[in-house]
Amino acid sequence: MPSNLELGLYVFMLATFVGLEVIRKVSPLLHTPLMSLTNAISAISVVGAILITGAAGATTLSKVLGFIAITAAVTNIVSGFLITDRMLKMFKRRPEGKK
Amino acid sequence: MSHLVHYIYIISGALFILSLKWMNHPATARRGVFAGEFGMIMAIAGTLIAQDVHNWTWILAAFLIGTAVGIPIAYIMPMTAVPQRTAMSHACGALAAALVGTAEFYQRQPHASTELTGFIMVALIIETLLGFLTFTGSLMAMGKLQEVLPQRPITYPKQNVVNFLLFVIALGLGIRLMLVPTDTYLFPIFAGIALLFGVLLIIPIGGADMPTVIALLNSYAGLSACAMGFALDNKLLIIAGALDGSSGLILSIIMCKAMNRSFTNVLFGAFGQIQATAAKTEKRPVRSASAEEAASILEAASSVIIVPGYGLAVAQAQHKIRELFDNLTRRGADVKFAIHPVAGRMPGHMNVLLAEADIPYDKLVEMDEINGEFPQCDVALVIGANDVTNPAARSDKSSPIYGMPILDVDRAHTVMVIKRSMSPGFAGIDNDLYYMEKTLMLFGDAKAFVSEILKELPAKTAA
Repeated sequence: MPSNLELGLYVFMLATFVGLEVIRKVSPLLHTPLMSLTNAISAISVVGAILITGAAGATTLSKVLGFIAITAAVTNIVSGFLITDRMLKMFKRRPEGKK
Repeated sequence: MSHLVHYIYIISGALFILSLKWMNHPATARRGVFAGEFGMIMAIAGTLIAQDVHNWTWILAAFLIGTAVGIPIAYIMPMTAVPQRTAMSHACGALAAALVGTAEFYQRQPHASTELTGFIMVALIIETLLGFLTFTGSLMAMGKLQEVLPQRPITYPKQNVVNFLLFVIALGLGIRLMLVPTDTYLFPIFAGIALLFGVLLIIPIGGADMPTVIALLNSYAGLSACAMGFALDNKLLIIAGALDGSSGLILSIIMCKAMNRSFTNVLFGAFGQIQATAAKTEKRPVRSASAEEAASILEAASSVIIVPGYGLAVAQAQHKIRELFDNLTRRGADVKFAIHPVAGRMPGHMNVLLAEADIPYDKLVEMDEINGEFPQCDVALVIGANDVTNPAARSDKSSPIYGMPILDVDRAHTVMVIKRSMSPGFAGIDNDLYYMEKTLMLFGDAKAFVSEILKELPAKTAA
């Protein structure tokens, strides 16, 4: 059986290539929303922050640091997804109400 | 139950990849956001339910505060401030990763001999090093973008040597901690140096290089989340971090190519500073024109290409330009926008601003596609852009921007440039475009000047 490290590296390698291929196809038109979207997605680190804050034997230090980390990550998730959507709503083919 | 969460993570990972895939076209992009949101909610809910989570009050409070802060940021932030917001979210993401790494390091101390060994320690050190330096680096970038800090590069003698030494010390401490993780007193020093390094890394970088730097910081923030995934053995974090990391990397490569510069040159070159002193001081005659003259030229034009730059964002002129666009389009002119990849302060900045002003996105044309159209174009109207239109990049081998791909504005029949004054741009380089026979300089604030042109252009009502 491969170790966790090996499995992790495989996942990393494949995800990086998938990322490079997928992102390369993103239209330059959408580079700004793309950046806010990837930002929101990488705030999945909130999972790590929840685990450290919510660990059974969490020390006060862990709880405080974890608390700040969750706050920061959730701010990114909420503002990241919402602002991406707000930006994308503005991209229209033709201005509304005109022929 | 605890197995279930791993399957949820796999689905979340797939949704994140789909989310980015759907960003390849404006028509599917919003679906991409939903996929991302759904993946995120599933992963968080799965973690909260299936993992053995305690201390709910702490977690709940953090979620509430984060949401309460996040919603106003998303809705109140004006589109001109999007680069600052992006820098801030890099800072938040990096801070989260760094703090989780720090907490892990101390939490695991009692079991250091089994839980802080080998690659876990390597991952923790990478996570915290990248996290802390990206945190302060992004705050500095945010300060520069918000113009709280000077946008000009700040340099001092032996700057690169100092930075390099600091990085080596941080790395040395990191390696020492990897080998002897119980030396907890070294950790605050390590973190402090990483924080300081982030500040020093960004201060010599000028405003015009911000698109590259923001993209690079994006990549770092992603990689630190990725390292967290290794430290916690969580594959979803590895996937999401790798996606973010590769996205930032691609964007920074695109930005570097668009400026014909290398990473090292952007990071250590302190552009602008060097050229500012080398800029020519000789005075050459220019032709300037009034709003009235500009309006009559635009009135007669059948094809117009507008070249927007950062100046447009500063002047908040996007809505006025939309009015100009509408007016000229109604007159039957073909109006397009030429978007240089590094126009503005972050990748895609101009597109978002113009889209906000309701300009249809099929009129926003990339550099490679529009350059062939300039020779047939009656009027090229440059608004707040400078270096990306400088023909010296094509012809003058001694110019610091030689080789940079530019918009071939100088090939249009008539060129009009709205600019506050003749002062050179960020790179401090004189622009030959301004001294050409066919160029008319329109001196003034972009928004005010476009308003005046509009006054001179009688609105043509649909007859």
